[in-house]
Amino acid sequence: MKHTLIALAVLGVTSGLAQAQEVVKIGHVGPLTGNIAHLGKDNENGARLAIEEYNAKGVTIGGKKVTFQLVGEDDAADPKTGNIVAQRLVDAGVKGVVGHLNSGTTIPASRIYNQAGVPMISPSSTNVTLTNQGFATVFRTMANDAQQGSVIGKYAATKIGKTVAIIDDRTAYGQGLADEVDKAVKAAGGRVSSREFTNNQATDFLAILTKIKSQKPDVIVYTGMDAQGGPMLKQVKQLGITAKFVTGDGGCTPEFIKLAGTAISDAAFCTQAGLPLDQIADKTFKDRFKKRFGADVQIYAPYSYDAAAAIIEGMKAANSSDPAKYLPFLKKVDFQGVTGEVAFDAKGDTKYGAITMYQFKDGAWVALK
Amino acid sequence: MNELAEAVPWLGSRNPKAARAFVLALMLIAPLIAVMAGNTWVRILDFALLYVMLALGLNLVVGFAGLLDLGYIAFYAVGAYTWAFLASPHFGLHLPFWMVLPLGAFFAAIAGLILGAPVLRLRGDYLAIVTLGFGEIVRIFMNNLNHPINITNGPQGINMLDSLHLFGWDISRNLQITESFRINSLVLYYYVFLLFVVGSVYVIRRLQVSRIGRGWAAIRDDELAAKAIGINTRNMKLLAFSMGATFGGVAGGLFGAFQGFVSPESFSLMESIAVLTMVVFGGMGNLGGVIVGAVALSLLPELLRSFALPVQEAIFGHVLLDPEVLRMLLLSLAMILMMLLRPAGLLPAHARYSKPELATAGKGKA
Amino acid sequence: METLLQQIVNGLVVGSVYALVALGYTMVYGILGLINFAHGDVLMVGALVSLQVVLFVQKTWPALGAFPTLLIALVSAMAVCMAMGYIIERTAYRRLRNAPRLAPLITAIGVSFLLQTLAMIIWGRNYHSFPQLIDTTPLQPIAGVFITPVQIIILLSSACLMTGLILLVTRTKLGRAMRATAENHRVASLMGVDTNKIIATTFVLGSALAAIAGVMFSTNYGVAHYAMGFIPGIKAFTAAVLGGIGNLGGAMVGGIVLGLVESIGAGYLGSMTDLCNLPVWAQTANLQETCSNGGSFELLSSNYQDIFAFVILGIVLIFRPTGLMGERVSDRA
Repeated sequence: MKHTLIALAVLGVTSGLAQAQEVVKIGHVGPLTGNIAHLGKDNENGARLAIEEYNAKGVTIGGKKVTFQLVGEDDAADPKTGNIVAQRLVDAGVKGVVGHLNSGTTIPASRIYNQAGVPMISPSSTNVTLTNQGFATVFRTMANDAQQGSVIGKYAATKIGKTVAIIDDRTAYGQGLADEVDKAVKAAGGRVSSREFTNNQATDFLAILTKIKSQKPDVIVYTGMDAQGGPMLKQVKQLGITAKFVTGDGGCTPEFIKLAGTAISDAAFCTQAGLPLDQIADKTFKDRFKKRFGADVQIYAPYSYDAAAAIIEGMKAANSSDPAKYLPFLKKVDFQGVTGEVAFDAKGDTKYGAITMYQFKDGAWVALK
Repeated sequence: MNELAEAVPWLGSRNPKAARAFVLALMLIAPLIAVMAGNTWVRILDFALLYVMLALGLNLVVGFAGLLDLGYIAFYAVGAYTWAFLASPHFGLHLPFWMVLPLGAFFAAIAGLILGAPVLRLRGDYLAIVTLGFGEIVRIFMNNLNHPINITNGPQGINMLDSLHLFGWDISRNLQITESFRINSLVLYYYVFLLFVVGSVYVIRRLQVSRIGRGWAAIRDDELAAKAIGINTRNMKLLAFSMGATFGGVAGGLFGAFQGFVSPESFSLMESIAVLTMVVFGGMGNLGGVIVGAVALSLLPELLRSFALPVQEAIFGHVLLDPEVLRMLLLSLAMILMMLLRPAGLLPAHARYSKPELATAGKGKA
Repeated sequence: METLLQQIVNGLVVGSVYALVALGYTMVYGILGLINFAHGDVLMVGALVSLQVVLFVQKTWPALGAFPTLLIALVSAMAVCMAMGYIIERTAYRRLRNAPRLAPLITAIGVSFLLQTLAMIIWGRNYHSFPQLIDTTPLQPIAGVFITPVQIIILLSSACLMTGLILLVTRTKLGRAMRATAENHRVASLMGVDTNKIIATTFVLGSALAAIAGVMFSTNYGVAHYAMGFIPGIKAFTAAVLGGIGNLGGAMVGGIVLGLVESIGAGYLGSMTDLCNLPVWAQTANLQETCSNGGSFELLSSNYQDIFAFVILGIVLIFRPTGLMGERVSDRA
C-alpha cells in the first residue's frame, strides 16, 4: 500500500500537468483465511509484485499515465463466499481479476465476472470445467487437470508398471483428476485394476487398501490432499503392499512427507503443475519476490504474476483499460512472462502448460528430468 | 407479521400498528439501503431470505411438531438438484419455473415421507441420529452418483443452471427501465424471494392455527395425550415431515436458480445444524423469532468479515482471529449462552398455540 | 480368504475404537438422557494434548523410552480431558437438567463447536503428524494377515477397559449408585445417593475413555487435527444407538458391528454389485465392452463406506426401535 502511494506521488510529480493521472483497479481473490491461507497469500503477493513492477516501469494507456492498484479479497476457499467477494470486486469497479485459487470457488464465481464482463485469469484452478463453460472472460495460466492427469497416468502405466489402482477423495479436485488419470492409463495401454474412494476427512484406509492388495496392482495413484495421502501411504506399508505410490499436486508438499513418517521411500512420486522454481524462465523472480515480501515463493506466485501481467499486456495492446475493449486483445497476448511464454488458446487455457514429476529422495521431493 | 412487529424494541409493545408498518417498510426498502453499500450486501440479503425460508420450514417440523430433524438440508438439496436436472444443460432440459419449483417441492415432500415413514416409532434422540444419517445419505449419494452412470455429476456439481424466468422475463438480467435508470437483478431477486417468504409465512400461519397445527402442538406437548384425544399421530407426523420438506424444496430450487451452480458441498451436515441454530436461536415455534434468527445469523458472518478485520487491525495492528474463527467462536458461545439464559430463544413462542384465543389473529390481519 | 481375514482384523481395530468412544456416549445418555454431542471433541482434545506433551517430553528428556513418554502423555491427556468433562457438565449441562429436551442438545452442539474453535486457535488448522512411539510396521504375517503392534495394543487395551468398566458398573458401590441414578434421579437421591456427584463422575469417566481413545487413534494413524473428533464422534454415536443407547454391552457390540460392517462393506460391496459378475445383467445392459479385459461396472463401491453405518442403523431401528440390545421401553420412559 505504502509503495503504491509513493509510486503515485512520484508519478504525479513526474507526469506533470499535461497528463492526468488514472488509477486502474485489478482484483485478486484467494483464500486468505483457512486451511490454505498461505497459498492464497502467495498468489496475492505474486499479483502484487507484477503490478508494482509495471507501475515502477510506468505504463501509458490511451495517452494517459496509468497506475495500477490491487484490490485483494478473501474467499476462504468457500464457493458461497467466493460469489460474494466476486460481487464485491465487480462493485468496486475492477477492470480485471486474478483468481480464484481453488476450482471449487473459481467456477461459480466465473459466472459473476462473465455477467459483468470482467476478464478473470486464475493462476491455479486446474479443473477442466472452468474453461469449458463457454465464458469468453475466463482464462488460466496453469496447466489443467487433463494435462496433469495424462502425465500421471502415462508415467504410472508405462514407466512404473502395467496395472494401476486409483483412489480419489471424492472432492471436485480429486475426482476430476482421477477421471483424467483413468483415461490416460487406458490410453497408454495400462489396466485400471480398480477405482476406490475415500473422503477428505478420512483417516482409515485399511479396508480399501486391503481390497486393492488382493488385486495386486503395480501402482496406487491417489488424487487428493496431503492430509489423507500421508497417512494412506503409511497404511499401504502397514499392509505389506509393495506397489509404488503416486499422488498429484495436492500431495506434492513437505506436509505429505511429514505425515507419511517412516513409510515414505523412493517408491513415492508426485506431480506438480508448473515448472520447479529453479527452472522457470525468469531466474531472478525468486529473489525479487523474497526481497519484496520477505517470504519464499510457495507454489503458484509466478503464475499469479503472469496472470496480472497478461491483463496489463492486454490493456497495453488495446490501448484501453475498458474490459470490453481490451478483452479481444487479452485473448491474443503472447509475451515472455516469468514462467516462460504466456499465451492462451481459444478456450482460455494456457498454451504452454508444463507438468513436472517428482520422486521422493533424501527427505524431499526431487524433480525428475 | 404480528410476532415480527412485537419484536421491534420499544415500539412493538406500545404501538403495534406503527411497529407493523415499520417492519413492512423495512422489508421493502432493505435492498435499496443495501445497494448503497454495494451489490454485495443485496446478494447477502438474498441469501438471508433463502435461509429464512429454510428456517420457516424446519420450524414447522421442530418448533410446531416437536420432531428433531438434523438432516433438514437434504430437502433443500432435493429442491436444488431438481432444478439442476430439469433446468440446465446437464440433461438438456429447460423446463419453466412454474413446473420445476412445484416438482422440486413435490420431490422434497416425497423425500420427507421416505424419511418420516420408518422413523415414526422412534423417540426423540433416536430420531435425531436417524435424520442426521438421512441428510448424510442424500449428500453422499449426490456426491457419488456419477459413477458408473453419471446422474448428478458427482462432486463437480452441476453448472450453468437456468435462472429464474418469470413469464418470459429473465430476472437475472438487470431491468433497464429508461436509459439512465435500471433495476439491478439482485434487487429483483430480493423481491421475488420476499414474495415467496411472505407466501410461506401466510401458509404457515394458516397451518398453525388450523386443526393440523393444533394437532402438531398437541403431539409436541404430549404425544400420548394427543393420541388419547383421537389425533392420528402417525399421519400428523408424516404430514409435518412432508410439509416442512416442501418449504425446503422450494428454497432449494430458488437457490439453484439464484446461484446457477449446485454441488454437494453446499448441503453438508453443518448447513443443517446452521439452520437448526437459526430456529432455536430466534425462538422455536415463533415465526417472528425464526425470521429474526435466520436474518441475524446469516448477516453476522458477513458483518464480521467487513468489520472484524479492520477493527482488529486498528486495535492490535494485525489480525488476531480471522473472521471465520471469530464467527465460529461467537456462534458456539451464542448457542450455549442462549440455551442457558433464554432456553426459549430470542423471541419465545407464545405460551401455547393449543389455546385458540391466543392463536386466532383477531386483532388484525396476519 | 486372506483378504476376508484381513478385513475382519481391520474392522475389529476400528470397531474397538468406536466402541470405546461409544461407551462415553452411552454412559451419559443412560444417566442423563442427554446426547453429549461434544464427546467426539473430547477425543480430539485428548489427542492434541498428548501430542503436545509427547513433543515436550521428547525435547526435555530425550533419553526417556517410547513407552514412558506415551504413558506420561496419556496420563496428562486423561487429566486434562477429565477436568474438561467436569467443567462442561458443571457449566453447560447442569442448569439444563430439567429444561426441555432440545435445549441441552443445542448446548451440546454449541460446546462441540466451541471446543473445535478453541483447538483451532491453539493448534492451528494444519494436520499435525503424531510421533511414531510404537512401531507401526507390521509383524510377521499370520495366515497372510498383517497386524501391527499398535493394533494389538489397541485391541487388548480396549478389551481390558471395557471389562473394567462393566465390572465397575455392576460390582462396585459407585456402579450401583450410577445405575440407581439412571433408573430414577429423585428416588436415588432420596435413598442417599448424591446424584450430582454421580453425574459428574460419569462425565469424568466418559471423558477419560475418550482421551484414551484419542491417544490410540493418533498413535495408530499418526495424525492429529482440530476436527478429527467429528467423524469418530458421529460413528461412535451411531454405534451407541445401534447397540441400544444407555446399554454398556450394547455400545461395545454396536461399535464392533459397525467397524466390521464398514470394513467388509467397503471391501466387498463393489464386487457384489459388479454387473460384470452377473453375465445376464451385463448382456442386457450392453456392457461387454466395459467388462472385457478385467473391467468392472460396480453400481456401489467404497464411495458409500460412510453411509453403511446409517443404513444399518436405519434397518435395525425399524425392527428394533431401541437398538440391538436396548430394553423395550414404553413411550413414557
